[in-house]
Amino acid sequence: MGTRVIRTEDPRLLTAGGVYVDDLRAPELSAAARLTFVRSPVAHARITGIDTSEALSEPGVIAVLTVRDMDDLTPPPPSSGEWDGSPAPLGGPWAEPLLAVDTVRFVGEPVAVVITDNGYQGEDAADLVVVDYEPLPVVLGPAAAVADQTLLFPAAGTNIAVVNPVPTDDAPFDACDVVVEQEIVNQRVACLPMEGRAAAAGYENGKLTVWASSQNAQVSRFILAGALGMEPDQIRVIVPDVGGGFGAKIGIDRETITIAWAARKIGRALRWAETRSENLVGMTQGRAQLQHIKIGGSRDGRILAYRIDVIQDAGAYQRIGGLLPFLTCLMAPGVYDIPDVQAGFRQAVTNTTPIAAYRGAGRPEATAAIERAVDLFAAEIGMDPAEVRRRNFIAPDKFPFQTKTGAMYDTGHYEEALDKALAAAGYTQLREEQRRRRDRGDPKQLGIGLSSYVEITAPDPDAGETAKIEVTDNGSVTVYTGSSAHGQGHHTAWAMLVQDELGIPMDQVTVIHGDTDLIPVGVGTYGSRSLQLGGSAVHKAAIEVKDEARQHAAAMLEAAEADVVLDTSTGLWQVRGDPDTALSWAQVAGHTSGGSLIADVSFTQERPTFPFGTHVSVVEVDTETGQVKMLRHVTVDDAGTVLNPVLTEGQRHGGIAQGAAQALLEEVLYDVDGNPLTSTLADYAAISAPDLPSFELASSETPTDLNPLGAKGIGEAGTIGSTPAIQNAVIDAVSHLGIRHIDMPATPQRVWTAINEAWKASNQ
Amino acid sequence: MKVDLTVNGKEITADVEDRLLLVHFLRDVADLTATNIGCDTTSCGACTVLLDGESVKSCTVLAAQASGHEITTVEGLASNGTMHPVQQAFHEQHGLQCGFCTPGMVMAIVSLLKENPHPTEEQVRIGLEGNLCRCTGYHNIVRAALAAAEVSS
Repeated sequence: MGTRVIRTEDPRLLTAGGVYVDDLRAPELSAAARLTFVRSPVAHARITGIDTSEALSEPGVIAVLTVRDMDDLTPPPPSSGEWDGSPAPLGGPWAEPLLAVDTVRFVGEPVAVVITDNGYQGEDAADLVVVDYEPLPVVLGPAAAVADQTLLFPAAGTNIAVVNPVPTDDAPFDACDVVVEQEIVNQRVACLPMEGRAAAAGYENGKLTVWASSQNAQVSRFILAGALGMEPDQIRVIVPDVGGGFGAKIGIDRETITIAWAARKIGRALRWAETRSENLVGMTQGRAQLQHIKIGGSRDGRILAYRIDVIQDAGAYQRIGGLLPFLTCLMAPGVYDIPDVQAGFRQAVTNTTPIAAYRGAGRPEATAAIERAVDLFAAEIGMDPAEVRRRNFIAPDKFPFQTKTGAMYDTGHYEEALDKALAAAGYTQLREEQRRRRDRGDPKQLGIGLSSYVEITAPDPDAGETAKIEVTDNGSVTVYTGSSAHGQGHHTAWAMLVQDELGIPMDQVTVIHGDTDLIPVGVGTYGSRSLQLGGSAVHKAAIEVKDEARQHAAAMLEAAEADVVLDTSTGLWQVRGDPDTALSWAQVAGHTSGGSLIADVSFTQERPTFPFGTHVSVVEVDTETGQVKMLRHVTVDDAGTVLNPVLTEGQRHGGIAQGAAQALLEEVLYDVDGNPLTSTLADYAAISAPDLPSFELASSETPTDLNPLGAKGIGEAGTIGSTPAIQNAVIDAVSHLGIRHIDMPATPQRVWTAINEAWKASNQ
Repeated sequence: MKVDLTVNGKEITADVEDRLLLVHFLRDVADLTATNIGCDTTSCGACTVLLDGESVKSCTVLAAQASGHEITTVEGLASNGTMHPVQQAFHEQHGLQCGFCTPGMVMAIVSLLKENPHPTEEQVRIGLEGNLCRCTGYHNIVRAALAAAEVSS
């Protein structure tokens, strides 16, 4: 534990390239045809006719299929109608079809599929499928959605799909010296894994094989079985290399189900890899909340009451029910011990791309809101924002800490994280530099932004994770993990855990994930759960294998089990105090009847874990142009015990960059008719290398006691911490002009407009 | 139409559609799948390869245009089982996570270091503007480029 180990995955990825879905050369796919989706070009319309005849006459066209061809499928089960706090099922009045039935509800919704010999023919033929649309009024933005003027699902009677009412008790605010309110847009962003969605499918002898770019093979199989009316053991899902997921590849989408169905329907293997233009309208997007916050406290810096009222834009279909705003409300008070917290939400459907998990999934929105609120409160009482934070942290002796919103924080030391981050950044000197620039009226102003955060990882700890370890009589190990890798370094990490416990060198360890025939039971990767659940499962399996090996070694050495020890530095079994006896793992495994030692376990955790930290962002704002430049980004991210700092730092770097992208650049936009304005990478402002500085990471490890590794999740922390720190830094840079809030992304236009309005107001 | 390309030192002749993109030629005709496609607007750089030693985005070059030229992909970079200094630096600096942008990113850096063997951090960042990565935050990619420059000097 704690050793810097470079990745075992790399040489293959660097020299031959990964094998992503579209790279597969499996024999079953050698004659695969290409599937191309015909997608809606309008945001809301009734379909009055589909003419496939012209497309069918094109060269290379094998079939053109619409929902009318799906006569072999049963419709999804109806919704219970009552939301019990878990993700609502698809179905009922809000049902999302695989292909549009009689209505389209967002630009990019799949309407038909064209199957051709090759991809170029598919694009040609898809253009020739004629769909008649009768336009309907368009619902855009959460505020318009909740007005219920136009309904996306008339049978539901409302656009508000999930409600968790915010308590509105004004008394705690009435008792405060100072109360500040603010409306905040947490804008819609694209998840943008570099590999878009991709799938392939083949159906032979009653067995369906689906290759999918997914974070969860087993979950995908479950979804396929339900949608296609098959038994899980009739389906094999294989997840090869995955080019990034970030939440948008949890399970599989309707497109992948459609491919699996079509392969079965026409009896030919099919493959699909979406274009980026498809990806930017078809893949689920993230965030998309309108928040109203209210914070109150005393003039000496004590926060006494906090309210957050969220309207979540679900997009056209609810992919994960009310999970995102539920997590936002759960994490609403953040790292602060606030006597009164009121949090609630409404989730509404709109004529836009569906919203689902994106790195952080509901928690970045909570942190952005509370960290903005604390800065607004600090500005109102004229106190340094670091000091306000310090005065309100949950004290270290209060853990485990039950929050007012129902979370049970496991361990934390929030003030220490703040102090470390401030010291690493040189906070006092930064404030002095800021003062000097203000005094001389420098057109380039310095902004210093803070974000102290806590987040929830492994939010479904009782779902757990599986691991099977097999040590064979040649001394090598195979680890079968239910967890799923798409860049995090699972293969390196799991091999490290095996070597730590069994003393078998990492190069003798093979890790297998993402194949439901080999690993029928597993959960996969989301919610920063891999190491704490999947890693703990590997650790647990290793201990079980060791216990079994000890019995065999004792018999072979004719010693009592208690006297047989494993030297993990050599991987040899010995009788205590007798260095001449030594058995290798190969010998011990060879002693078993089957020639191998096997442990098959699942690990569940009693509660989620709560990593925390502080980010300090330093930006320079050109007050003449509104341009923001990130100068430095300093972080303390405490996710418990670190297994491999190389991997942890990589997760933090990537998280910081994605958070910075939301703070400064990225936003999915629509025109008034619901046409996407950011459906290519020429239009969507994806963050790139010159937009960012190198990051400064300080270390901190406060172990959790909820798993044997002491580990919490680190996958999403960077994103959760960085976004509000950078937003706060931008506003801090211009706060002396009287500016208290600028919505994200802090584009030059938006920042310049805020500065210009502040100047106009001060000169009136 | 008939095209004739040298890919990683090997001559490949094929009869292709006029409109076939170089990236599809590499993936589907030459069966070299390391070069990935990440967008359709020449924005992401996942498909970056070397054409006569200079980086190009192979999604924006027709196979026909590349006919008669030499193409190098990441598969052709290592020699005798030894990784190229840029590949080695990516490994040592943890410059890759999911690996999807990596082949293009490596080729872009090979080209960058050829033009400017001793770049500053800022020059590396500006040089990589056309190559997107969603995993690493570019931090370790920049480190890898600087480390490779150091080794090559």
